[in-house]
Amino acid sequence: MTKPLISLRGVQKYYGDYHALRGIDLDIMEGEFFSLLGPSGCGKTTLLRTIAGFEDISSGMMTLDGKNAASIPANERPTNMVFQSYAIFPHLTVAGNVGFGLRRDPRSREDKAKAVAEALDMVGLGGYGARAAHALSGGQRQRVALARALILKPKVLLLDEPLSALDKKMREQMQVELIRLQRNVGITFILVTHDQEEALVMSDRIAVMFEGSIGQLADSETLYRRPNSRRVADFIGKMNFLPGRVTDIGDRIGVDVAGLGSAQIAAEQATGGAVVGDTLIGIRPETLALLFPGDTTERRTVDGVVDEVVYYGDMTYYDVRVPGIDKPLNLSMKNLIGRPVLEVGDTTKVIWDERSLVVLRG
Amino acid sequence: MTKGIGLRIYAICYLVFLFAPIILLPLFAFNSNKIIAFPLEGFSFTWFEQLWARTELHTAVRNSLIIAVCASAIATVLGICAARAAAMAGFRGKGVMSGFIMLPLVLPEIILAVALLVIIAKVLGLSPGIVTIILAHVLICTPYAVTVLNSAFANLDKSLEEAALDLGENRWGAFRLVILPLVMPGIISSFLIAFIISLDEFIIAFFLSGNVTTLPVYIYGLRRQSDDLPIVMALGTILVALSLVLLVAAEYFRRRGLKRAGMKDSGGFL
Repeated sequence: MTKPLISLRGVQKYYGDYHALRGIDLDIMEGEFFSLLGPSGCGKTTLLRTIAGFEDISSGMMTLDGKNAASIPANERPTNMVFQSYAIFPHLTVAGNVGFGLRRDPRSREDKAKAVAEALDMVGLGGYGARAAHALSGGQRQRVALARALILKPKVLLLDEPLSALDKKMREQMQVELIRLQRNVGITFILVTHDQEEALVMSDRIAVMFEGSIGQLADSETLYRRPNSRRVADFIGKMNFLPGRVTDIGDRIGVDVAGLGSAQIAAEQATGGAVVGDTLIGIRPETLALLFPGDTTERRTVDGVVDEVVYYGDMTYYDVRVPGIDKPLNLSMKNLIGRPVLEVGDTTKVIWDERSLVVLRG
Repeated sequence: MTKGIGLRIYAICYLVFLFAPIILLPLFAFNSNKIIAFPLEGFSFTWFEQLWARTELHTAVRNSLIIAVCASAIATVLGICAARAAAMAGFRGKGVMSGFIMLPLVLPEIILAVALLVIIAKVLGLSPGIVTIILAHVLICTPYAVTVLNSAFANLDKSLEEAALDLGENRWGAFRLVILPLVMPGIISSFLIAFIISLDEFIIAFFLSGNVTTLPVYIYGLRRQSDDLPIVMALGTILVALSLVLLVAAEYFRRRGLKRAGMKDSGGFL
């Protein structure tokens, strides 16, 4: 991750009246695993197709490896794509698909065949070269699509929801394989996904997109622990939203949180910025805890009544009603040895920590 | 079961009504009596032999074949362009355009024939003949070609072409290496259907033929002498057999195309 391989400045895209990309500023680094995450229709696929050269940008500037991308047609860009449908050529063999991009390569027939075999080995399809492509399973098609793109040694590999067509088990396996593959080949990967967990697991950095613009750009941990707005927090994982107030801003930020009380928090707990006045405070369910009968704690607690219990085996999810908050607090507890499962109507204490509060913009 | 009996009888009557005339063709073609009536007399190849002896027929067949091959080839090429355009993203006037292409399908052929005769003979000053019939047949064959090819192109995953571009091919390379092989069965099927349509087209050929005789026009001429009727039956038998072979071939290629591209059948002519 040394220098930007792809730079976008003020990129806009219109389809007629529809404003698909609304001023994207973005630098994607060499060797980075970068994800574009967002709900459907947020512009993430449009952005990927813009980088691939399938869509022109309406205004703004994009550079690829230092060159103005506008002057490079799709078939000459140092990018290759794994399509959502995989776009395997059904009339060719597996080897025909993987070797498709080598047609203009000056190497000898034998060298090309060797390169195809190596690419197939890399994705775990060694010996599949002679098979008919249309007879492959979903997972195999995806591997062929990967091999077909990687054999050209692109500077950037673009992946358009590559795992969405696979079942859960296969998806998790491919996630691990993709991470390993990316580390081995050292190529920049840009992944488009609507699956927040997939993005968190795989990426070095994630851009969360809403309605054509980037809501937050950060690494997985920052994105999860310090979302900058309600919609980012809502899209990634679970979050309790509490009305609150920023009372003063100094070295630390003073906040009043409905139902919990006042607290002093660090500046980085307000990644979206803080101004004195009413605001929204977020707190993740797993950072809250219940004080079980007979336990004691030094940490801050509030009284509550259990409103709902959902038992998940390894975890139990509780909704706890706390005076001063309209919606019950959502929290999850690991079912450790000797720890009881509370029942609806039980009175309890909720333990909370000011370090897990985030101030959310808007 | 009793509920379905009425419908079943209806279906059988329908099929008999539809196919009885066609079944009668070979019956009388191989019948040795020259009077077309039951009872049948005996089995004979006489009428086929007489058919073979007529040299005007040979000319008519040759003319029809030239016309059918040229017209269906041109109609298919036009159909490829139209279907390709229709499969791409929407453009202004796309609906109007495809409407105009399909129009000859619903226009009364006799009107078309008269209009074409006026344009070709009076406005353009061309003399009627093989070329004018070819042009007119292109007009009536193109809607069929477009219909067959539309389904072939619409079934293609759009990202296949993008994948070819992405892997370094230019637009022509992507078309030649990916799109064309995948729609080739549709192209063959379109060609065969257009071929059959042109081969048995009568009205336009009759109006525009001048002194050139096509096969349907020749058969029409035979009708006047009742002596020639068994020969017409023999000729009809050959044409029905040929049409069946071509239609089956067209459908075979269409289905093979779908299978090869791993796509679902969305309906064709058969």
